[in-house]
Amino acid sequence: MTPPDLTKAAPAQVAAKETASKGSSRLDVRNLSLLGVLAVLIAVGGITKPEQFLDTGNLQLVLTQASVIGVVTVGMTFVITSGGIDLSVGAIVALASVWATTVATQEYGFAGILFTAVLVGTACGLVNGVLIAYGRLVPFIATLAMLAAARGLALQITEGRTQMVTVNSVLDLGLPDAYVLGIPPLVLVFAAVTVVGRLLLNRTTFGRRTVAVGGNAEAARLAGIDVRRQRLYLYLLSGLCCGIAAFLLIVLSGSGQNTNGNLYELDAIAAAIIGGTLLTGGRGTIVGSVLGVLVFTTITNIFALNNLQSDVQQIAKGAIIVAAVLVQRRTAHDGT
Amino acid sequence: MPPDPAPPPTPLLTMSRITKTFPGVRALDGVDLEVRPAEVHCLLGQNGAGKSTLIKVLAGAHHPDSGRITWAGETVTLKSPTAAMRLGIATIYQELDLVEGLSVAENVHLGHEPTTAGFLVRRRTARTTTAALLTRLGHPEIDPNRLVGTLSAAQQQIVSMARALSHDVRLIVMDEPSAALDPDEVDNLFRTVASLTADGVAVVYISHRLEEIRRIGDRVTVLKDGRAVAVGLPARSTPTRDIVALMTGRDVAYAFPDRPAPQDRPGTPALHVQGLCRTGEFEPLDLTVHPGEIVGLAGLVGSGRSEILETIYGARKPTAGQVAVDGRQLRAGSVRAAVRAGIGLAPEERKAQALLMLESVTRNVSVSTLSRFSRAGWLDRRAERIAAQQATREISLRPDNPDAHVRTLSGGNQQKAVLARWLLRGCKVLLLDEPTRGVDVGARAELYAVVRRLADEGLAVLLVSSEVPEVLGLADRVLVLREGRLVHTSPARELDEHRVLDLVMEGSPAP
Repeated sequence: MTPPDLTKAAPAQVAAKETASKGSSRLDVRNLSLLGVLAVLIAVGGITKPEQFLDTGNLQLVLTQASVIGVVTVGMTFVITSGGIDLSVGAIVALASVWATTVATQEYGFAGILFTAVLVGTACGLVNGVLIAYGRLVPFIATLAMLAAARGLALQITEGRTQMVTVNSVLDLGLPDAYVLGIPPLVLVFAAVTVVGRLLLNRTTFGRRTVAVGGNAEAARLAGIDVRRQRLYLYLLSGLCCGIAAFLLIVLSGSGQNTNGNLYELDAIAAAIIGGTLLTGGRGTIVGSVLGVLVFTTITNIFALNNLQSDVQQIAKGAIIVAAVLVQRRTAHDGT
Repeated sequence: MPPDPAPPPTPLLTMSRITKTFPGVRALDGVDLEVRPAEVHCLLGQNGAGKSTLIKVLAGAHHPDSGRITWAGETVTLKSPTAAMRLGIATIYQELDLVEGLSVAENVHLGHEPTTAGFLVRRRTARTTTAALLTRLGHPEIDPNRLVGTLSAAQQQIVSMARALSHDVRLIVMDEPSAALDPDEVDNLFRTVASLTADGVAVVYISHRLEEIRRIGDRVTVLKDGRAVAVGLPARSTPTRDIVALMTGRDVAYAFPDRPAPQDRPGTPALHVQGLCRTGEFEPLDLTVHPGEIVGLAGLVGSGRSEILETIYGARKPTAGQVAVDGRQLRAGSVRAAVRAGIGLAPEERKAQALLMLESVTRNVSVSTLSRFSRAGWLDRRAERIAAQQATREISLRPDNPDAHVRTLSGGNQQKAVLARWLLRGCKVLLLDEPTRGVDVGARAELYAVVRRLADEGLAVLLVSSEVPEVLGLADRVLVLREGRLVHTSPARELDEHRVLDLVMEGSPAP
């Protein structure tokens, strides 16, 4: 038997297109407004310090500095999109960077340093993930504990000393000779992580599950998603990103220090939030996060060129975070 | 108490034609309520009938879209909980809003502490007045100095009432106050309520338990689907069956789809439940559902209906017993095992338990089937969208737009999005928990047709509904539950509403 009106649904197709374009354009608007902010910043930099700011070397520097925190932010974006938080990213970067630059590790050369940094980062993420997913610790607590422990371990390894890198192949990566078409290799790594992160979040089952867990964990569980395993993977991913960032930082600074990555957690969270990722989970954008990172790094650079102290920078950062969230709340309301 | 005296000239509170709409749901649809001074007015209704929305309007926590509230003869607007409190309306919610780390006296005076010079709390005064209030409530044994966190649920409730009385309160709303109490504590509660009304305070009492309403209620208002289906019935003389029929019945006759002729269903049942139980929720239960069959579970709130469905689905871990799909046993307490074996659940709380409210229809429909549209984790979004659209078209979800956001859909279409999820997955057993909750009256018949057609296509459907006509009209076979126990099984066509009501209520005191 066929109920009469089950297949006659054609007229609704017009409405389909409208909503479709509306749905996708809202994200674009948000990214566009950040692009606008970035354009304004570049204009300000270009006007106040035309020679220094627009110098190729300076732009390369800005992008290189953005690369380290940017890679961390990509991982953070996944975690926040799933409704979690990772406060330990800065400490993990520090631990990975010192573990990878001990005398013993450096004996294994380039591969030893890279492998150790990535492995240590991922292992820390694994511990976070297990504690949160299976130990049922609140992410805030678990990663706060990791923050303390990883910083402590980093200090213990270095005993407070700066560990200079003696492996030339690593140091060479940071030199202008290694630039590809004028682009530093570190920036290329950042770009690759961004592309992979964006595809992973938007085009894979992994990304879809991340969004589902963040949007409604109970619904995700009742839909048959293994929420705990997903959470484990997410913190693992964040740890992996920290490991990569640690390697970039080693190349950039030519050393490993236990003070590396100080307050990265706040910068990464701030960049993700002003990019448009919901702190409550359920919506995330990698492109937005990367734009957020670029905005912050550019501000820092312009302020430094104009000899403004870091206290002024911090105030400006705070103002931007508040402004961005207020703007987003308005656009979010328009969408409903 | 004597039988109802002649109605006093001014009611204390009159609410008329109150409406309140939330996105997708009309929670209150022109509700009337009239409460007289010093009466116990019972508010009855199934889950989702609109009781909590109504009392939140009364407490100033929700603002009605339209309607009028009159308090002691004057029209008032309840702008905020403070405004309601100032008029003399106190609400005691099920989740008590006490601070566990403060003492009884501190909780009672929270927000209006007796002070010297504006900031020094006069603790002795606070203790004395608290002790006096507790004595007035008949509980002088509660020490005002004790931390609230160390008290029993019943004692905490008394503290809540003392807090209400510490203001000049003329109406206390109690939301299922007996739900967390032992039987002898309930007796205590009733004594307290009686002493309140003796002092001239009116009480709005919400409960599912009909026998309680007989014992302490003066009048009854019954809510259903956001409407008051009976206003101010005498609580003691109205027959129980009439009240239950008002709660579970239908004010509109629905066209239910035709039922196929009864048939022997040989072979392996699609769903086979054996000895499944959860201590404190429901007793060992056996049931089978064959492909093509709709089995309905009827019972009042507290009969264990939803708990049974969620346990079959693995969302709750059973104390004992097995669930088998197509003869193959499932790992107990694992949602993933149930989903993989072919069970789908449309849960009672759609928004909290099923839907991703920020997402599109497509993503809500495909969330359980992602691996089918992916290779090595890489999603084929076109295939996903097409398949989701196919599934939603099959059950005529409107708008016919896979990119529409689910939060913009009506309740009925949100439910269809959940059904489409399982349709797309190709499940064998569908568990429906209150499928028409929050669904517009007009859209229900269509949902019934969809469910019947899915069954005709070979799905085994297990249906839970608090509306007896829905179970009787849709199911082939009906199981009646009472307090976690299966009390009756028979084909739906051999039952009528009255028979089911009798079975559901047996043991309740006769009128």
